[in-house]
Amino acid sequence: MAEVILEKVVKAYGKTEVIHGISTAIADGEFIVIVGPSGCGKSTVLRMIAGLEKISGGIIRIDGREVNNLEPKDRDIAMVFQNYALYPHMTVFNNMAYGLKLRKFTKDEIKHRVDQAAQLLQLDGLLERKPRQLSGGQRQRVAMGRCIVREPKVFLFDEPLSNLDAKLRVQMRLELRKLHERLKVTSIYVTHDQVEAMTLGDRLIVINEGAAEQIGSPLELYEKPATKFVAGFIGSPSMNFIEARLSRDGQSANIQGDVRLALSDDGAPDFGDRKVIIGIRPEHFNISESNPQAIPLSVDHIEILGADTMVYGRFADTPDLITIRLPDIHHFKSEKVLPLSVAPDKIHIFNKDTGARI
Amino acid sequence: MVENRPITTFCSHAVLICGIAIVVFPIWITFVAASHDAVRMTQTPLPLLPGDQFFVNLKDTFIKGVGNAREQSVGLMLMNSLIMAMMIAVGKIFISLLSAFAIVYFRFPFRMGFFWMIFVTLMLPVEVRILPTFEVVANLGMLNNYWGLSIPLIASATATFMFRQVFLTVPDELLEAARIDGAGPMRFFKDILVPVSRTNIAALFVILFIYGWNQYLWPLLITTDKNMYTIVMGIKQMLEAAEESPEWHLIMMTTLLAMLPPVAVVVGMQKLFIKGLTETEK
Repeated sequence: MAEVILEKVVKAYGKTEVIHGISTAIADGEFIVIVGPSGCGKSTVLRMIAGLEKISGGIIRIDGREVNNLEPKDRDIAMVFQNYALYPHMTVFNNMAYGLKLRKFTKDEIKHRVDQAAQLLQLDGLLERKPRQLSGGQRQRVAMGRCIVREPKVFLFDEPLSNLDAKLRVQMRLELRKLHERLKVTSIYVTHDQVEAMTLGDRLIVINEGAAEQIGSPLELYEKPATKFVAGFIGSPSMNFIEARLSRDGQSANIQGDVRLALSDDGAPDFGDRKVIIGIRPEHFNISESNPQAIPLSVDHIEILGADTMVYGRFADTPDLITIRLPDIHHFKSEKVLPLSVAPDKIHIFNKDTGARI
Repeated sequence: MVENRPITTFCSHAVLICGIAIVVFPIWITFVAASHDAVRMTQTPLPLLPGDQFFVNLKDTFIKGVGNAREQSVGLMLMNSLIMAMMIAVGKIFISLLSAFAIVYFRFPFRMGFFWMIFVTLMLPVEVRILPTFEVVANLGMLNNYWGLSIPLIASATATFMFRQVFLTVPDELLEAARIDGAGPMRFFKDILVPVSRTNIAALFVILFIYGWNQYLWPLLITTDKNMYTIVMGIKQMLEAAEESPEWHLIMMTTLLAMLPPVAVVVGMQKLFIKGLTETEK
């Protein structure tokens, strides 16, 4: 167990910089999730911590020790790969024991540790099988077992659940979380799946194009996204963005014509009379028939999911479709106009040019 | 396309039977000839049914030896061939595994240059470079021994190339997992890479063993000592009986014996052989 510290970590291939200086401190025993769209560099960050990629700049410390130039085996880490990377010719037992054998543990110690890990992961009866005789979920557990037996300081996960089917993924997600609560080993988990990120992580690092957009707890990211990117990435369906002009005093926002949205607190007086992007999550719209201030939404089409109904429509003549998520089942005809309201504290305002939160 | 009409079944079987007959007939004749005595083999028409001398001939071939002065022992020639074929097959596989490992997993200067240099040797089999190779082998004092017989045939681009392709299909994560587990390069090679490619190694072994066993020109050139004769060239020597007519019954018996080891290797390793050539999943 140990803390992991990244100081302005940079990765460049030749002249192309792909990771632009990421700094963060991961506390001992913390479960941190690195999340971002495909190709944003999140796996690269993980592989740099693992030592599988060279670091072009900055410092990585594990347990206070600089590991920039250490081989992966000397960093005291263990990693679960997306395709598990089990040794196909070895039995489950040998797969888990291999790292220990190379580290010259005694036979008894190896057996003890592997048996314990197998029990923890419910692999008891499978130790003599080859990986190809196992199901996806079992292979996943073997890959975890291979990490656990080593008792490393840090666990690294590289999209470990993405090869499983949806149902198994939910189950393994829960098991992973429980396992973490039992073992309390510092874990770094890479995923592009925001549900995994929200449910597993103590804190998330959202990465976009090689830079950390925001680091914080899942709720922080949901409630106070630091940038438009984070706001759009976290939450499903994603946040609606609407271009608007703030009133002169910054207390309300005008969407096309005379549709007005009141802002909470003091609004954003600094940006009075300027164009901004306002963001509203689909689940934060309410239908309010009686409210004279309601914004009219003309329905384009709906999707009834049972628990929720997704309504897609437009405000006045805005070009973009707005998504609204209403609980329960509704049957709205297309062209119907819904009066909507939004609580002022659920409205996010972003700088139109920089995308930063205002 | 699967058809079940009787006529197509009949036709396809007829074609198959013809093909088998063409392959099997010479072997049958060899077998028949090996089971008659010397006198019968000089009379026409040649026999088409086996005689009763098979075991007598077998004993003669092994115990008395063949050739003009009965000085060539078939047993020794078989042993020579076996050793040469094994050395060629094992040596080729060993060297190719290592060179393919170097080319795929290490980033050293002129890596691709070396690869293409190895590749170019495909165009230079022993037959093409036979004189310079002979000179080198002679200067190194390797005439008339097993090293001289096998080493010039070991350097092999085909096997290197094949192992390179095999290694390229091994997922990178396997190497990375091994690195995290603490395996150094040679550990990874020994514990992971070689076991993972074992079916390919077996397939290549079959091919290379037969290649080595069937070598004719090179052994003929560098062996002058009768104790180093291999079976394939030995058969040819038997035909060159200067004064007497060739002893067909013994020659055919020797031929039969020469066919056995490759057949045994193919039959014994059949399963791995097919897996190694067809299996792609690692």
